[in-house]
Amino acid sequence: MNHTLKPGRIVLYLLLGLFFLYYIAPLYVMLSTSFKSLDEIRSGNLLSLPQAVSFDAWRRAWSSACTGTTCEGLQPYFWNSIKMVIPAVAISTLVGAFNGYVFAHWRFRHSEILFTALLVGCFIPFQVVLLPMAGLLGKFGLANTTAGLVFVHVVYGTAFTTLFFRNYYVGVPEELIKAARIDGAGFFLIFRKVVLPISGPIFVVCVIWQFTQIWNDFLFGVVFASGEAQPITVGLNNLVNTSTGVKEHNVNMAAAIIAALPTLLVYLVAGRYFVRGLTAGAVKG
Amino acid sequence: MSLKDIFEKTIPKLVLGPTLLASLLFVYGFILLTGYISLTESRMMPTFEFSGLGQYVDLFDNERWWTSLTNLGIFGTLFIGFSVAIGLFLAILLDQKIRAEGALRAVYLYPMALSFIVTGTAWKWMLNPSLGLEKVMHDWGWTAFHFDWLVNPDMAIYTVVIAGVWQSSGFVMALFLAGLRGIDDDIIKAAQVDGASLPTIYRRIVIPAMRPVFFSVLLILSHIAIKSFDLVIALTAGGPGNASSVPAIFMYQFSFTRGQLGLGSASAMMMLATIVAVLVPLMYLEARSNKAMR
Amino acid sequence: MSSLSIRQIRKVYANGVEVLKGIDIEVKDGQFLILVGGSGSGKSTLLNMIAGLESVTSGEIRIGDRVVNDLQPKDRDIAMVFQSYALYPSMTVRENIAFGLGVKKVPKREQAEIVERVAQTLQITHLLDRRPAQLSGGQRQRVAMGRAISRQPSLFLFDEPLSNLDAKLRVEMRAEIKRMHQRLKSTIVYVTHDQIEAMTMGDLIAVMKDGVVQQLGTPQEIYDNPANLFVAGFIGSPSMNFITAEVAIDADGAPFITLDNAARKMRLKLPFEAARLAPYAGRPVILGIRPEQITDVDTAHGVAGQALSCLVDLVEPTGPDTLLTITLNGAPVTCRAHPREAVQPGQTMVLSFNLSKATLFDPTSGERIL
Repeated sequence: MNHTLKPGRIVLYLLLGLFFLYYIAPLYVMLSTSFKSLDEIRSGNLLSLPQAVSFDAWRRAWSSACTGTTCEGLQPYFWNSIKMVIPAVAISTLVGAFNGYVFAHWRFRHSEILFTALLVGCFIPFQVVLLPMAGLLGKFGLANTTAGLVFVHVVYGTAFTTLFFRNYYVGVPEELIKAARIDGAGFFLIFRKVVLPISGPIFVVCVIWQFTQIWNDFLFGVVFASGEAQPITVGLNNLVNTSTGVKEHNVNMAAAIIAALPTLLVYLVAGRYFVRGLTAGAVKG
Repeated sequence: MSLKDIFEKTIPKLVLGPTLLASLLFVYGFILLTGYISLTESRMMPTFEFSGLGQYVDLFDNERWWTSLTNLGIFGTLFIGFSVAIGLFLAILLDQKIRAEGALRAVYLYPMALSFIVTGTAWKWMLNPSLGLEKVMHDWGWTAFHFDWLVNPDMAIYTVVIAGVWQSSGFVMALFLAGLRGIDDDIIKAAQVDGASLPTIYRRIVIPAMRPVFFSVLLILSHIAIKSFDLVIALTAGGPGNASSVPAIFMYQFSFTRGQLGLGSASAMMMLATIVAVLVPLMYLEARSNKAMR
Repeated sequence: MSSLSIRQIRKVYANGVEVLKGIDIEVKDGQFLILVGGSGSGKSTLLNMIAGLESVTSGEIRIGDRVVNDLQPKDRDIAMVFQSYALYPSMTVRENIAFGLGVKKVPKREQAEIVERVAQTLQITHLLDRRPAQLSGGQRQRVAMGRAISRQPSLFLFDEPLSNLDAKLRVEMRAEIKRMHQRLKSTIVYVTHDQIEAMTMGDLIAVMKDGVVQQLGTPQEIYDNPANLFVAGFIGSPSMNFITAEVAIDADGAPFITLDNAARKMRLKLPFEAARLAPYAGRPVILGIRPEQITDVDTAHGVAGQALSCLVDLVEPTGPDTLLTITLNGAPVTCRAHPREAVQPGQTMVLSFNLSKATLFDPTSGERIL
């Protein structure tokens, strides 16, 4: 491996650099716009740095911007999302873990067919279940509630989590389970003492994946939880599209970043698990 | 066998029970329900009187539906095409033992961590007709530059392509990179000894060996394209007018805003049919190519 | 310790494949039974059924005097050692050995005593606080055995436990297991594909092929009196020689066969009663004769052997003796000779054929005739 810069390598790094700019540009624009005043926005352009850094847009985005009929900023919806995401991720991950354990090591007649049938749920366009689900939630008084939204995410997220865990647990040798059975352990004891202790990596991948998917979801949020319980994605869209008066681009950008912050942070901190989840699920799926 | 033994034997099935039941009811059951409603005259409220394929006839008589379908076709092909091209290109570049590979990968991939709403909002601002890209070009001296795609009925759908490709190409790159890394080094070495140049090696050996990854990528991208809703809503709201409407938006509008449950259900069933029509042949081809490669 | 009774065991899979076609084996208390055969013979399936990890289609399995067909593995009072050792990766060696005791709710103090005792027996006391990932193959094997011993079960099951070890370690562990058997007087069922393990370790050997027990007997019985071609060729290394030839009766009424070596024809008298061979007169049979029964005249002194001069094709010195390969009736035949007497390839040598332990097989059925 020679370290002198051949012309080929220079072109390589140049291209990589160009793409780097392509991907970073929107983030830069969002950030810089959010710190500018409206006048600055109009006089400068997308790429110019803010001359006087102002946190005004951020304050307004968080607590006083108008999202439809209320003007409380994104704050209430941020907390809505948190209240919704945590139970949804926890439940779907846990259920997926048990399901994956069964499909990998406690197979029974037709279990493979049932697994495939379950996976179909990952592929359908959700438009095809929206109406009946809306009806169901309405009947049970769960329409436009956080609990209802959690229910929906658990029902439709469990197929993915089951896939993750099943593919991972298939890599745990069958003989390990056999040995534990001979040692006298039953279904739950084997899970608790033998399988769970070695499940760290897949739990992380699953939680990160589910958190990102559910936090970023818009369709379920806008159909099942408009109003008081709506998540931050719906709040953001409302904020940006409220058409009264002047468009406050800096507030819009600040709001967008606020909405993106949790998943971006998770990505920065545990990004490689995120990638592992994507490639593992996709390559095997 | 004691009662306890029988119970122990059925525990796995019991554990699976709730999930399978939920899938039966809330996936298959609901699909059937939606399908049934698409065969009724339901408007604001669902009725259950069977009325034949009238809704489907109305659907394909509806100009907005045709616009949506056309847009889906345009968006789908361009979105998949560009994402695959850029993703593959970047993966090959990154496979060349780059110094800052980890950092670069992180930057190329972070858009996947964002909600489509955030992406749409950001690009909506960047492509803003007067204050966005156009103004940057003007300030840089290119005063003839004109970029009003966002509000141009004929070009609006292409802005969705730009934003979508930006969001997904990093993910495609990650998949291709994993595939590239999975290729046996010895085969490459044998080719080098045989005298092949780097581009030839990529063309004749590496890319063909990535068939399974191609299939996965196509499957996932098709799926994303057909379901596109969030991105379009945030970027153009289907506009201007209905110029950039896609089937998912059509379904939402007619079901929830315009009180036409029957028509909305029909459009949803058509979306399902589209996914099946695209994914099933893909999976079949993938299974066949897997057998051939063994 | 308990006896083990396998009666009329059949196993048919859901797709209709019949893996075990009726197995009958009686193992006495304290006996070491070996199930040996190639892959697909059904030996592992049978072991899993004894363990309760696979269901029984028909037939009966008894441990002691209990019918265990419908009992879960944990209720059968058995222990098993696996090919891959299957040690719990997240637990220390101590916790691995004590796991089964914990499930049975043995008091903590007693658990600790048992673990110490077992560790001393297997000389792994210094490893008790390590994790499996930090152990070598041989150490893992010992821990796996320790885990099995700690519960003092009625029956030990071994599923090809030595296959993953290198040759030297395998020999050591073979002795270890045999010693353990002598000390604990345990009833053992041991599955292997290696016929040397079968011969050296077992009291009773069941040679299996295609889901059927081809022969059940002591190592010496199986070696000296194989029931058919498969068993004869499977046990013994280098394997038994098979020579196809037509039975003829000479003028005195004595049966013989004609051997063709390098285009020279020689007669080999068969030490069987002519009357019993009469049905085969004029028809081909397969003569089975072990390499050590064909040797140089000096080594064979005194033993009644027929001396024939043969052309030697291949010479392989092994140290204690030299293996010579000759061609008889078109088939390669291995002979054992003293290194001093062995000639060079291409030369002829007088070899003594001792047929006192020879066997005859029917070419079509493979069954032993005489």
